[in-house]
Amino acid sequence: MRNLLPLLLAGTITTLKIFVLTLLFSIPLGALVARGRMSKNPIVSTVINIYIMIMRGTPLILQLLFVYFGPYYLFGASYDRFTAVIIGFVINYAAYFAEIYRGGVQSIPIGQWEASLVLGFSRAHTFTHVIVPQVVKRIIPAMGNEVITLVKDTALAQTIGVAELFRVAQSASARQFSTTPIVIAGLFYFIMNGVVSRLFDRFEKKLDYYH
Amino acid sequence: MSIITVENVVKSFDALGVLRGISFTLNEGEVLSIIGPSGSGKSTLLRCLTQLERIDSGRIEVCSMTMAHSTGGTIQYADAKTLKQIRLKLGLVFQNFNLFPHMSVLRNITEAQVNVLAKSKGEAVATARQLLAKMGLEEKEDAYPCHLSGGQQQRVSIARALALNPTVLCFDEPTSALDPELTIEILKVIKDLAKEKMTMIVVTHEMAFARDISDRVIFMDEGLIVEEGPPDVLFNAPAKERTQRFLSRYGQ
Repeated sequence: MRNLLPLLLAGTITTLKIFVLTLLFSIPLGALVARGRMSKNPIVSTVINIYIMIMRGTPLILQLLFVYFGPYYLFGASYDRFTAVIIGFVINYAAYFAEIYRGGVQSIPIGQWEASLVLGFSRAHTFTHVIVPQVVKRIIPAMGNEVITLVKDTALAQTIGVAELFRVAQSASARQFSTTPIVIAGLFYFIMNGVVSRLFDRFEKKLDYYH
Repeated sequence: MSIITVENVVKSFDALGVLRGISFTLNEGEVLSIIGPSGSGKSTLLRCLTQLERIDSGRIEVCSMTMAHSTGGTIQYADAKTLKQIRLKLGLVFQNFNLFPHMSVLRNITEAQVNVLAKSKGEAVATARQLLAKMGLEEKEDAYPCHLSGGQQQRVSIARALALNPTVLCFDEPTSALDPELTIEILKVIKDLAKEKMTMIVVTHEMAFARDISDRVIFMDEGLIVEEGPPDVLFNAPAKERTQRFLSRYGQ
């Protein structure tokens, strides 16, 4: 029991690394994907659409296996497991974020674009100063959901052998013939998500000054 | 002096002809009202003038600049720089205000002055405060649109349009989203602007108001100008049977 906590904390650090890196890359990548999805070029929008369908239509666990083992079977190339986890999570979450962004942008009334145009704003200024601020407010609840899911999804990293929190807890349970480590791990996830939802609540309140 | 010249403008949405050859001129200091049944094309006409829609053929000239003209069957629009110049000559007040909900009242009015006209912040704020005072909203500069009544929101949107000092102010059914009491509030503001000799085009369903403020009235139906003239003549002795029929339904 004494050396259980340091073990679980080390696993938690790995979990947090996956969490932070995934958000860091998938949040901006999602914007790029959303842009492609809304493109007037039919080839671009179709390709992006297929990508989104695959990301949302197949299990994340399968995507992780594919990202890690795919290059090995195809080209005999192997690479770092942790990198594979980050790539797998980023391309999966970027697809979900892109759909949230797209929904947000398309929910802004056309009148906002028209008023901006008549006032002489450039399209870029309209997008960054009129549309995006309103989109951010509208997508916060959906983003909160997604980010909470990500905290729990990090447990899937163990499928390609990355020892994150849940993997560490499972091994400890097996060694000690006890469910205690798993219960503690569950508590850890719960606490992390408590923090995440508090942050989103605060953000939502901050943007509560208008509707 | 003619500020806007519209010649034979045609605009279709798919196969539906919304404007089927519209011609008129607008002179400086003139208040022109456009009336007509829903679907007659009056809003579309205003949206073509303010470049929210592209015309299919015809000619539009604003302040001696050609915005668009037909040459050999194709429509030719001016270059981007000219179009922007023209855009700034025309202000537009929307039926449903279209204020920016995330910006304070003050910022709604200063944003374009600073970012489009490149005015200093101080100058923009001074102009905005002056306009808010004129609209009777000096207390509201820090409020957000969602905390204002419809009438107040519409007055802010008029101030926002005026802040760019347009040559012509266009109104697209400015009171259609308001209840009768708030309608009076907005009509008074427009009337005051008319007294100051602001050049205006007002698309409206308020017949009494159109008669009261206009120098000239255009009656449109099915994408055509049916009749045009001074309000006394058009409302009291319309020449065309279609105009008579339309006005009689409004209890004239």
